Amino acid sequence: MTRFLLTRVALLIAGPLVASILIFLALRVFPGDVAQLIAGSKGTPAQVAQLREQLGLNEPLWTQYVDWIGGVFRGDLGTSLLTGSSVTEQLAEKAQVTVPLALMSMLVALLVGVPFGVLSALGRGKRSGSAISFIAQALASVPVIWAGMLLVIVFALWLQWLPAQGFPRGGWNHTPQAFASLVLPALTIGVVEGAVLLRFVRSATLQAMTEDYVRTAAAQGLTRTRALLRDGLPNVAISIISILGLQFAGIVVGAVVVEKLFNLPGIGRMLVTDVGNRDLPMVQGEMLTLTVVVLVIGVVMDVVHRLIDPRLREAS
Amino acid sequence: MRANTFTRLWSIGTGRFGLIVVALVALLAAVSLVWTPFDPKDVDVAARWTGPGWPHLLGTDGTGRDMLTQLMTGARTAVFVAVGSAIIATVIGVVLACLGSLTPRLVREGVATFIDILIAFPVLIIAMMISSVWGGSLWVVVIAVGIGFGVNIARVTRPELRRVLASDFVLAARASGLTPGQVVVRHLLPNVAPVFIVQLSWSMGVALLAEAGLSYLGLGASVGEPSWGLLLSETQQYILVHPLAVVWPGLMISISVLALNLLGDALREATDPTLSRRRRVPRGARNAPSQPGSTVIA
Repeated sequence: MTRFLLTRVALLIAGPLVASILIFLALRVFPGDVAQLIAGSKGTPAQVAQLREQLGLNEPLWTQYVDWIGGVFRGDLGTSLLTGSSVTEQLAEKAQVTVPLALMSMLVALLVGVPFGVLSALGRGKRSGSAISFIAQALASVPVIWAGMLLVIVFALWLQWLPAQGFPRGGWNHTPQAFASLVLPALTIGVVEGAVLLRFVRSATLQAMTEDYVRTAAAQGLTRTRALLRDGLPNVAISIISILGLQFAGIVVGAVVVEKLFNLPGIGRMLVTDVGNRDLPMVQGEMLTLTVVVLVIGVVMDVVHRLIDPRLREAS
Repeated sequence: MRANTFTRLWSIGTGRFGLIVVALVALLAAVSLVWTPFDPKDVDVAARWTGPGWPHLLGTDGTGRDMLTQLMTGARTAVFVAVGSAIIATVIGVVLACLGSLTPRLVREGVATFIDILIAFPVLIIAMMISSVWGGSLWVVVIAVGIGFGVNIARVTRPELRRVLASDFVLAARASGLTPGQVVVRHLLPNVAPVFIVQLSWSMGVALLAEAGLSYLGLGASVGEPSWGLLLSETQQYILVHPLAVVWPGLMISISVLALNLLGDALREATDPTLSRRRRVPRGARNAPSQPGSTVIA
C-alpha cells in the first residue's frame, strides 16, 4: 500500500513536470524561427527581432524553461502575445463556462451509463439487454460534433425547447439562460461519454453477478436481481471509480469541440482560437493546465479506488 | 492459423458486419480513384441543396457538389488516416512496449512511468500541439492519433510481453542459442500480436473520429480536400435550413467507426484462446472492459 501511494505521489509530481517539459519542447523544437512564424511572412526584421526579445528567444532554452515554470509556480502562466492579457486571468474567466459544462456532462454520463449499464447486464441474453448494448455501441461510435448537430436539429429546430447556440452576455448573472445554454452541450458530451461508461458498468455488473457473495445472497432467498442490487452494486460502484478518471479526459476533449459547436466562451474555444493565432504563451499555459488537470484527476481517482476497495488494499 | 482466425471471425455476427463494412469503405475509396458519379470538383450552382433523387442520389451540398461523390472521395481520406495512424501506432507501440519490458529494471520502470504520463495527453491535445507549430493538415491527425494510440497499445502490450517473456518456451529458445533479437521477432511479437491487432482495429475507429473532430476545428483536412469531417463542418452552419445534408457524412463516419469497433471486439473473441470456448468461461470474463472508446478523442 505504501509503495502504491508513494508511486502515485511520485507520478503526481513527476507527471506535471514531464508534461510541462514536453509541452515546452514541442512548441519550440522545430525547424525555423518561432518569431518569424508568429510574425508571418509580412513581418519586418525589426518586428521579428522585437518579438524574439518579447518571447525571450534570445535566452538559452534552459533559462526560458526555468523562467516559464518559475512563473507557473507563482500562479503566472504568462501573457498573451495578441491581447497582452494574463493567461491565468483568461483561464479563470473561461473556466466559469467550462467547469459547469464538464460537471453537467459528467452528471449526464453517469445518469446514462450507470442505470442502463446495470439494466443491460441484467437483461443479458434477453432482447432488452442486447438492444441496450447495441445502442451503446452505436452511440460510442458517433462523432461528438454530429451528436451535437442532431441534438440541435431535434431540440432547437423542431421542438424549440433550448437555444441552438451561444451563452448569455452577462454570464451567470442570468442564471436560467446560462444554464439553459449549457444543457444541449452537456447532453452532447454526456450521452457519448455515457455510452462508453455504460460498457464498463455492464462488464463490472456481469463480473459481480458471478461472485460468490451474490450467489450466497441468492441462496438466502433473495432473487438474483435483488441480491445483485443489494450486494453487487456497491462493488460495481467501486470498480468504475477509476474509469471516471479516464472519462474526465474524454469530457475535457469533448468540451473543446462542443464549445466551438455551440459557440460557448470557454477554455476549449479559447484554446482553438489561440492555436489558430499561434499565440504561444497562451497555448502553452492552456495546454499545461488541461493536461495537469487530466493527470491529477486520473491519479486521484486511482488512489481513491485503492483506498476504498478493501480487496485492493489487502492485495498490495 | 490465419485462415482459422478468419473463419472464426466470420462466424461471429458482429465480426462479419465489421469485415463487410470495412471492405465496402475500402472498395468505395478504391472505386473513387477511377470513377465517381460526378466530378468531385464539379460545382453546380443551379443545383444547390437539392434533396436525394436523380441524378444526385443523395442530394447536393451548399455549392452544388454531388453528396455521393463527396462521400466516395472522403472514403479515400478515411482509409489514409486509418491506415497511416495504425502504422505509426504500431511502430511507437512496439518500440515503447519493448523498451518497457526487455530492458534493465530501472529503464523499464522509467519507461512504464513515462507511458503513464503520456496517457494523460489526449489525442486532441497532441494534435493541437503539433498544429500550433506546423499548422493543420491530415498529417497532424495521422501523427497525433499514431502517437496517442501507440502509447495506449504500449500500455496494454507491455504486461503481455512481460508475461510471455517469463514463459518456458522463451527460456528454451534462449537456451537453444537464439539472440535476444531473434527471440523478440520469432517468439515475443507473434505471441502478443492478437492483443496488438485488436487495439489497432479500435485505434482505426478512433482515427476516424479524430479526423472528424480535428477537421471540424480546422486542424485536419484543409478546404478542398475530400473528407467526411470537413463535409460535416461545412454543412454545420446550415443545419437549421438543410438538416438532411448533415446526416450523410455523420452516418458514414458513425457506421465505419461502429464497424471497426465491432471488428475489434470480434477479433478479440476470435484470437484469445481463453475466450474461444464460450461455455467454460465464467460469464463475466467474456465481457471484460474493452475499447477505450471516445476517451482518446472527441
